[in-house]
Amino acid sequence: MELWKRFDLVMFTGTYNTAILKSYISFVSRTMKHVVKILSLLVAVSAFWIALLQAAIIPRSHTWLLPIYFVVSLGCYGLLMVGIGLMQFPTCPREAVLLQHDITEAKDFLSANGVDVRSD
Amino acid sequence: MADEKENIGEKKYKYSIIIPTYNERLNIAIIVYLIFNHLRDVDFEIIVVDDGSPDGTQDIVKQLQQLYGEDRILLRARAKKLGLGTAYIHGLKYATGDFVVIMDADLSHHPKYLPSFIKKQLETDASIVTGTRYVKDGGVHGWNLMRKLTSRGANVLAQTLLWPGVSDLTGSFRLYKKLVLEDVISSCVSKGYVFQMEMIVRASRKGYQIEEVPITFVDRVFGTSKLGGSEIVEYLKGLVYLLLTT
Repeated sequence: MELWKRFDLVMFTGTYNTAILKSYISFVSRTMKHVVKILSLLVAVSAFWIALLQAAIIPRSHTWLLPIYFVVSLGCYGLLMVGIGLMQFPTCPREAVLLQHDITEAKDFLSANGVDVRSD
Repeated sequence: MADEKENIGEKKYKYSIIIPTYNERLNIAIIVYLIFNHLRDVDFEIIVVDDGSPDGTQDIVKQLQQLYGEDRILLRARAKKLGLGTAYIHGLKYATGDFVVIMDADLSHHPKYLPSFIKKQLETDASIVTGTRYVKDGGVHGWNLMRKLTSRGANVLAQTLLWPGVSDLTGSFRLYKKLVLEDVISSCVSKGYVFQMEMIVRASRKGYQIEEVPITFVDRVFGTSKLGGSEIVEYLKGLVYLLLTT
């Protein structure tokens, strides 16, 4: 078979399988456990990968490495998100000061109104 | 015309605030004072669930009852330390509000955010409004770099695995519709902060509408309670449990 015909077949099979799985997932998603959703996604991706292997559009050696690329990029993405989050971590030093004011105000009011404010 | 309708048809809601305490003799008094300060026009009750504190927390609560009224502050104590989840369940039994707020007693949750929780809920009719520390107007004070790193890493992991739909999973400053809390809490079995995660994830899975408001979190006990290896293991076990059972 010519190259362009095989590409068509792969795309069609992959998309068809994914579409079926996605509608199945959304149909039962209320009762389906989350882990099943993730596994279904992995199955869909694996089906696509196997189809790619069989169609051999990309040289087989590259195709075999695709899962590794996927896992590595997922790891890098995770590390990136952690790094960005860490840099943008919201802090509020002012709040500690405000809290101390509130505590003093509360202690004054409470002790004047018959509530014991010793901390031991 | 619209204003008239609003005033005539406006329903006054009651809010039950459940605060589990253990050795919070001073903090509980300050929290009660602050709540009364910030919720002046709101119908609410405070339910203190004390687990037999040896430092006399219950005596302080009784003094507060003298000051503010026994109908506004309910002391529903238990004999000994029995855990957070059961404390909420215990408090729920006595709650007469339409909504239930849960918050910590150690002043890490500031009552000044209560109006924003209430407002958000009224605006969106959400089933749950949860406070998030990790957005722009929120924040944390009192954590060192290592703690922030652990927190951020844990958050990214939980987001990737669970798709929870909220930015702060372990937060425990939340407003629930009473019926929603009763429904969600009955299906949760974890302990500690995994319990808070389980609540919000189960609620998300059940399709309840969850909204978030920014809150600031001042951690004054960080120095005394470290986040050790065992906590991390507990957290990972909790994640796997939630992954498989929700």
